[in-house]
Amino acid sequence: MLSVVSFKPTTDNRQPTTDKIMKNWPLWEVFIRSKNGLEHRHCGSLHAADAQMALQNARDVYTRRMEGVSIWVVPSSQITASNPELNGETFEPAMDKAYRHPTFYELPDELKHM
Amino acid sequence: MNQNLIQYIFGVADNCLILGQRLGELCGHGPSLETDIAMTNISLDLLGQTRSYYQYVAKLQGNDSTEDTVAFLRLEREYKNVLLVEQPNTDFAYSIARQFLFDVFHLALLTELQNSKDDMLKAIANKSIKEVSYHVRFSSDWMKRLGDGTEESHQKIQTAINDLWIFTDELFHQTDADKEMVKQGVGVDVTLLKEDYYKKINSILEEATLEIPQVEYFQKGGKLGIHSEHMGYLLSDLQYMQRTYPNMTW
Repeated sequence: MLSVVSFKPTTDNRQPTTDKIMKNWPLWEVFIRSKNGLEHRHCGSLHAADAQMALQNARDVYTRRMEGVSIWVVPSSQITASNPELNGETFEPAMDKAYRHPTFYELPDELKHM
Repeated sequence: MNQNLIQYIFGVADNCLILGQRLGELCGHGPSLETDIAMTNISLDLLGQTRSYYQYVAKLQGNDSTEDTVAFLRLEREYKNVLLVEQPNTDFAYSIARQFLFDVFHLALLTELQNSKDDMLKAIANKSIKEVSYHVRFSSDWMKRLGDGTEESHQKIQTAINDLWIFTDELFHQTDADKEMVKQGVGVDVTLLKEDYYKKINSILEEATLEIPQVEYFQKGGKLGIHSEHMGYLLSDLQYMQRTYPNMTW
């Protein structure tokens, strides 16, 4: 189903309704896989009325220079983010424990993208 | 020098140049950042195709001819694009409707041009067809979104389709040069594309809940170099740099 500008700002932006016209299209996060075998990486966000339009916009905005072989789009409202105010207790305890990092291994040259 | 071949190429390539120029005018003026970029992407696709055609024309013409002289230094009467592509942007609905009416034709044309006996035209068609397939998808999608969208978008896109409909018949006209090229197996017989074209257009319009315009009079002239009043303004923009700074390059 295609839609233009009619949206109800609910948790699920993929369901257009006609009872309220939103001024802006909902926001989507874009993930691009640059080549087969690599993971999708977050590359930015954009506005679109629905998932299909989001994919099309992502193609035009983010893959014009051969950046990708696959695109994912996710409604931004569906992302639950960590609280930046809690960064101290969330992340800092890991900082002084260097032994947790796998930095003591020599990686063979053939191994890329690690 | 094969004048008929050159004229035939103008008939195909000038559509891409002029529509590319029209879409380029939207750069920075699209209704949203995303559609702005999408429209200018299409513009760049079309200008890229134009370059391939004009480089070929320059080679055929020889002398001092370059893709730039072919693109920028002709007189209005020497451009052979259809009237449809020179129509102004007016609003987003007009830009989409114009694009849609052209894209469906363009894809059908290039599909057939892939069988041309001219290797260069064949190669250009082959290279361009992926781009144009995407254009058709983009503009058809927007036809449906606007037609089956809000009351306002429906009314605007219906108005645009009604206004631009009179320019569709010209897509299937043939000049003498066209006929000669068809006879030689180089050009595409556009008259054979007409039935399928309207079938495709009508089915998208129906899906978009739009009415198919009932028109008996169609406008023509562009293919013979007789353009609408909009063309002069467009050309003065397009040609300004080369006219003001002759032989300027990047």
